[in-house]
Amino acid sequence: MRRKKHTLLWNIAFVLVIIGIGFFIYKASLRINYSWNWRAVPSYLVYKAEDEIDAPAPGIVEGYKDGELILKTEKNKILHIKVEHPILKKGAVVNEGDELGYNTHYKAGPLLVGLYMTIKVSLVSIVMALIIGLFTGLMRISENPLFKNLSTVYIELVRGTPLLVQIFIVYFFIGTLFSMTRFIAGAFALAVFEGAYIAEIIRAGIQSIPRGQTEAALALGMNYFQIMRYIIIPQAFKRVLPALAGQFISLIKDSSLLSIISLTELTKAGREVVASTFSPFEVWFTVAALYFIVTYSLSLFDRYLERRLAGDE
Amino acid sequence: MSDSSENIIVAENVSKTFPNGVKALRDVSLDVKKGEVVVIIGASGSGKTTFLRTINQLETVDSGKIIVEGVDVTDPKTNLTKIRADIGMVFQHFNVFPHLTVLENVMLAQILVRKRKKEEAERIAMEFLTKVGIADKKDEYPTNLSGGQKQRVAIARALAMHPKIMLFDEATSALDPEMVGGILDIMKQLAKEGITMVVVTHEMGFAREAADRIVYMDSGKIVEMGTPDEIFNNPKTDRLKQFLSQIL
Repeated sequence: MRRKKHTLLWNIAFVLVIIGIGFFIYKASLRINYSWNWRAVPSYLVYKAEDEIDAPAPGIVEGYKDGELILKTEKNKILHIKVEHPILKKGAVVNEGDELGYNTHYKAGPLLVGLYMTIKVSLVSIVMALIIGLFTGLMRISENPLFKNLSTVYIELVRGTPLLVQIFIVYFFIGTLFSMTRFIAGAFALAVFEGAYIAEIIRAGIQSIPRGQTEAALALGMNYFQIMRYIIIPQAFKRVLPALAGQFISLIKDSSLLSIISLTELTKAGREVVASTFSPFEVWFTVAALYFIVTYSLSLFDRYLERRLAGDE
Repeated sequence: MSDSSENIIVAENVSKTFPNGVKALRDVSLDVKKGEVVVIIGASGSGKTTFLRTINQLETVDSGKIIVEGVDVTDPKTNLTKIRADIGMVFQHFNVFPHLTVLENVMLAQILVRKRKKEEAERIAMEFLTKVGIADKKDEYPTNLSGGQKQRVAIARALAMHPKIMLFDEATSALDPEMVGGILDIMKQLAKEGITMVVVTHEMGFAREAADRIVYMDSGKIVEMGTPDEIFNNPKTDRLKQFLSQIL
């Protein structure tokens, strides 16, 4: 009973601290004379686009009924034209190409388009990084000096240099050499970087599987590939899933650095919106929230997978 | 190797030193006839498990030769996967595959190595799971099984490959006492059926009852070899006498 009381107290304290931090940020923004403008933010995500509807032929507007503008052409033909918002009244004389009105439809704003690019480049990169990581991870535990040394050099080089520098090298050097697009170069640079970390995760996972598993499989006459494919990797994958998910989350966040090679992902989109609206606070908070939604979803998905896979162990 | 045609395993002067300098095997020579049940006994560290593992080359040798079914398994050019498929092995710690169900454990190598169709592999798997008395657990994962049940799965997994030789490496040592009898019964049954068996064990009752020949090893050497009667009732060497006095 007493314990419960304390838990409630600390939960209240937690809420108070959060409110306090929010209040502090608000006060701080007042002191620097920042005028908040949250109302504009939704339009950076989704906005109503207007499509101009032009007159297909010269004529006279006869009227407007059931969302259709009735146009009588010079040749006495009656045309029904779908226009949601007509700007001309009955009796107006139009030439071919004159605006009759406009239709609206919802369109993804720059931030949502950027988010889409972030997700796309991250997905492509995750697939590549997994393949790179799997092979270099296997090479790292190989007894063949060629494979072992190659993977060690790769992992050490990648882990010892900044991602930003690697992005520049891949984009300007390798990208130019093989005439890669921004997107491919960016995804590849990220994959090369995260692949080194994934290789280490996979190496640790494989080495954590007891030797007896390999021996049992060997004794049954299975070859190296079969043992890896059917015995070791399925078990190792389950063990490294949390670490892998963490690395994927890192990758998604690191993709923000691709803005430096002008890939219009979420961060670059945010910068562009800030440049045109002068609302840096709202935009960056929104950008942060969008990243968080993606990474947190991944984190939840990982937890779901872990729970599902836990069934057989 | 006088009548090599009859000998399914021929080990000649096998020696092995571990990287830490321990001499595990010194000049071990042993012939096993087709259908024979050879039980290797000896204290821990006597090299009996190491020797058993050289037969299917889970352990390499430094010198000497081991010929299984006429194939020199110590020759680096030998395709081991092929010969290993003919040698079933049961481990002390079962080594069942935890990510596969009981049925999948017994089917996997049949499909991958023996290239059997799925239906055939399942039929054979069920046949051996029934034989070891665990058919009702076919859809369970190994975590939900007791040690004795896991070992039954491991035995079925080995038998389903239709091996010509079965190796048992202290198959009952990691089991709770009440589980030991059941596994030994299965092993005795197999011995009666005429499959060639090499068994490393501390179960002297099993050795006495099921062995055609008992090999006593100490310090990496075969010290004495003979029928159960010779070994248990007429030990010749002092070392074997001492060993028997300690364990019986």
